[in-house]
Amino acid sequence: MDRMKQNLHQASKASYQDYFGKSISLFCASLVGMLVVAILYFVMTRGLATFTQNHISLRSFLLGQTWNPTQIGANGQPEVGALPMIVTSLAVTLLAALLATPFAVGVALFVTEIAPRRGGQLLQPMIELLVGIPSVVYGFIGLSALVPLMRHLFGGTGFGILTGTLVLFVMVLPTITSLASDSLRAVPLDYHSAALALGATRWQMLYKVVLRAALPGILTAVIFGMARAFGEALAVQMVIGNAVLMPKGWLTPTSTLTSQLTTGIGNTTLGTLPNNVLWSLALILLVMSLFFNSLVRFIGRRGRMQK
Amino acid sequence: MKKGKIFSALIAVTITGGLLASCGSSNAKNASSAKASPTKITAVGSTALQPLVEQAAKDYQNKHSNVTINVQGGGSGTGLSQIQSGAVTIGNSDIFAAQQTGITASKLVDHRVAVVGMTPVVNRDVTVKNLTMAQLKAIFTGKVTNWKQVGGKDEKINVVNRAQGSGTRATFEAAVLKGAKALKAQEQDSNGTVQKIVSSTPGTISYLAFSYVNKNIKALSIDNVKPTATNVTTNKWQIWSYEHMYTKGQPNAATQKFLNYIDSKQVQNGLVQKLGYISVHDMQVTKNAAGTVKQQ
Repeated sequence: MDRMKQNLHQASKASYQDYFGKSISLFCASLVGMLVVAILYFVMTRGLATFTQNHISLRSFLLGQTWNPTQIGANGQPEVGALPMIVTSLAVTLLAALLATPFAVGVALFVTEIAPRRGGQLLQPMIELLVGIPSVVYGFIGLSALVPLMRHLFGGTGFGILTGTLVLFVMVLPTITSLASDSLRAVPLDYHSAALALGATRWQMLYKVVLRAALPGILTAVIFGMARAFGEALAVQMVIGNAVLMPKGWLTPTSTLTSQLTTGIGNTTLGTLPNNVLWSLALILLVMSLFFNSLVRFIGRRGRMQK
Repeated sequence: MKKGKIFSALIAVTITGGLLASCGSSNAKNASSAKASPTKITAVGSTALQPLVEQAAKDYQNKHSNVTINVQGGGSGTGLSQIQSGAVTIGNSDIFAAQQTGITASKLVDHRVAVVGMTPVVNRDVTVKNLTMAQLKAIFTGKVTNWKQVGGKDEKINVVNRAQGSGTRATFEAAVLKGAKALKAQEQDSNGTVQKIVSSTPGTISYLAFSYVNKNIKALSIDNVKPTATNVTTNKWQIWSYEHMYTKGQPNAATQKFLNYIDSKQVQNGLVQKLGYISVHDMQVTKNAAGTVKQQ
């Protein structure tokens, strides 16, 4: 009787295993959480110093058009207008996503629906290979091949938004393609069968049923692609020209947030204004990626097809 | 079964960790017993100076096995702020500490190890061979925008700058612009990229350290003075700067020995010149942080 009572009151071996597994995963989760909080804190304190310590107004930072942190402007404050960079960053990101989405969806449809055998085994790994190529290689190819080509075709110097967009197009293509094909694969087979049973042609089935069902997933894929494009530094820096000027056309040298960040960070001293404003640029990037993430969540919740 | 695996993995990790730690401490003990002074030197900063320090450190370590020298880039600004905060042993910089905002130069000790000359360079299709200092200034401030205004063919001038705060740019602007505001133009953050862009873009002008001038681009002379090492030593060629290795206060014995090695005749006449720098021993003039030049 006593032994039985003891057995019943004592935690079993299985429940110890349960605790053990739980504590390991809790440990990992909290470590990662702490890491994220630490990075957020670091970027925030440094990025906000521009406004709290150097007393730059948020307005002149976000809407100013002259970037020259080491010089005092007409209003008696250092010239730290980040608007040209914000505009250029948004422009290349949107254009690259706009350009890449039709291609990515086309390829995703091909590899999942039209030729799953050949496409899935050959084409998709090939496209996913593009992810593994370091961004400096893209930048170098852009600088060596694309810039002269653009100059030859359109005149000017060949550096600018158009060249940056084309380089980013190739870089975000694999991201959007693989996420889009995942969401296409997740469409239940019943939907296909039902559509075909109702007499739909293959194209009608794909266009009206499969694509519609996968739409939230495809939108998520596009936003992930945009997040990647927005944060890409090196490749863009090599082809955009890095002149902090409002883009006046497709091929005038301009600068993105990331390209200015990488160019400037090694040449400034920690704790001074020229360094602090760079952290403020990083803060904008962080806020934007937060925005992209919440957009993904929002679409995931709203866009689901009603059963 | 699973639990057993996890436990054995944990044990393995602990043992390896313990072994590594004990290895590390015994190494440190050996090193400290062999020599009392700290034997690890970290030099961070200027990418223009990096090749020289890296090669010198390699040669030095071959002869002095008890010293480990770690050389990193990061830019002059990084070098200066890292040495100011005491995070590294040596901060490499192309510019005087006094020229950088946010640096208290009086706390740092300057060791000048080499001199670098810089020259305006143009794409090969530009027919101009010589510019006056005033013309050069007019180009980089945006007053002259076409090569025909300075005696060349009818072609738009495309200016490429180095990044704001880069040592090369600071030197060039101090010597050429003399306080005038630079034209807003393309900025590139490395000598290599500038070299590539100048060689491939017609009508382009930029500036580079002497060692980066190759046959694909053209160096200009200024006021009919050619950009040569000899002209730099007499200040006839005015665009040049020192390469500094800063220490926080006086360096310790091991660091001093390494700095002495770089300043030795063997390195100054050998490695320094082989890598395209100019020896500090050859200079017949000196320049201070304000840019004033004096006969030595």
